[in-house]
Amino acid sequence: MSNEKNSGNWWIWKVFWILLGLTTFEVALGIIKPDFLVNTQFLGTKLLNHVFIILTLIKAGYIVLVFMHLGFEENSLKWTILIPAFVLVPYLLFIVLIEGTHAFNALML
Amino acid sequence: MADSLIQNDINSPAWKGGDVPYKASYGKLMMWFFLITDTLTFSAFLAGYGFSRFKFKDIWPVPEDVFTHFPFLHGDHPLLFVALMTFILIMSSVTMVLAVNYGHKMQKNKVILWLSFTIIGGIMFLSSQAWEWGHFIHGDSGAIEMKYANESGSSEIVHVVKDGSIYSIYDIMGAKSHDGAHHEFAIEDFKEKFSFEKELGLRLSNKTFKNHSESVLYLDQHASKVLLGADLKKNEYGHVLFADYFFFITGFHGFHVFSGVVLLIILLINTIKGTYEKRGHYEMVEKIGLYWHFVDLVWVFVFTFFYLV
Repeated sequence: MSNEKNSGNWWIWKVFWILLGLTTFEVALGIIKPDFLVNTQFLGTKLLNHVFIILTLIKAGYIVLVFMHLGFEENSLKWTILIPAFVLVPYLLFIVLIEGTHAFNALML
Repeated sequence: MADSLIQNDINSPAWKGGDVPYKASYGKLMMWFFLITDTLTFSAFLAGYGFSRFKFKDIWPVPEDVFTHFPFLHGDHPLLFVALMTFILIMSSVTMVLAVNYGHKMQKNKVILWLSFTIIGGIMFLSSQAWEWGHFIHGDSGAIEMKYANESGSSEIVHVVKDGSIYSIYDIMGAKSHDGAHHEFAIEDFKEKFSFEKELGLRLSNKTFKNHSESVLYLDQHASKVLLGADLKKNEYGHVLFADYFFFITGFHGFHVFSGVVLLIILLINTIKGTYEKRGHYEMVEKIGLYWHFVDLVWVFVFTFFYLV
């Protein structure tokens, strides 16, 4: 299974530095809280939160595709695993978060 | 018949694996299917957290006001401790990949070395979480619970503030927070002490402030008790659901880490005994590795949605 890829350890450490860098960047943003990211609203939340979510998805991608080796598996296996998550999780968030907003508005009445 | 099967195997690249479409062993497939179900479980927990946060968005505690402490350091250090926990878990994920990698090369001693580091990382993470829980349960500055005489009998958590930042109720009552003793403050004593200190005010749960004279009046009307710390039924940091989700989500994740450490220890013992050497492959290291990375993956999301956002 992709022996040429597994010949050294450099790719493991590369992913480690990417994950560490992204996490450090997230923590720095969380502490500094740049004004334009905090004060800009987009899709019902701060722009800063969208940045956090995008960085988190990038980190998750590296963990799943490289560390869990899913990127090197057959496409059939890869999509069997990813599609349920890609369909069901956004769907769940969509209905539950919209319902949460309605519940908030109902409390405010 | 056998001929046609073999031919089929070679000549049907439609799913590229031919008659073995996933080209993965039974054990790895089953681990992946378990991980899909676990993904959906954790997604449901975090979505539930999102629901409650949206529902109470005006009074939900700000996580970085809650998790501000670092062992042996004084003052406020928001995010630092969870960042350290994240680092520990990412590091243990790296040592796990190294163990898997040396497993492919059948290098038993290297597998033993990196598995041991992974176990140490897991135990360090669990210890950090124990400290974090201990701190959360013990509490920080304390808070006052207000009860309103409206139809729903609603309540609210308010904090004491001085110059715009939260001021510890222990200081007002002349007690030490971390002297090992169990503290309980009567609300009448607190109101009396509060009324003498003119620079104190209150911060309501919707993050608005009241000055001293307004606060004294407000306390007289509504104050019901002094809250110290958090558990499933009370929470000095704000809405009680925040504490419930904290214990439930980080607890469920912590239980996964604990199970992972147990699996890794069994794996280490078997590796030392030479079980996988005899079997001719180290696939078990890969399977447990999948589970361990998944635990890291979940933490990445918990870190973002519980501590950052």
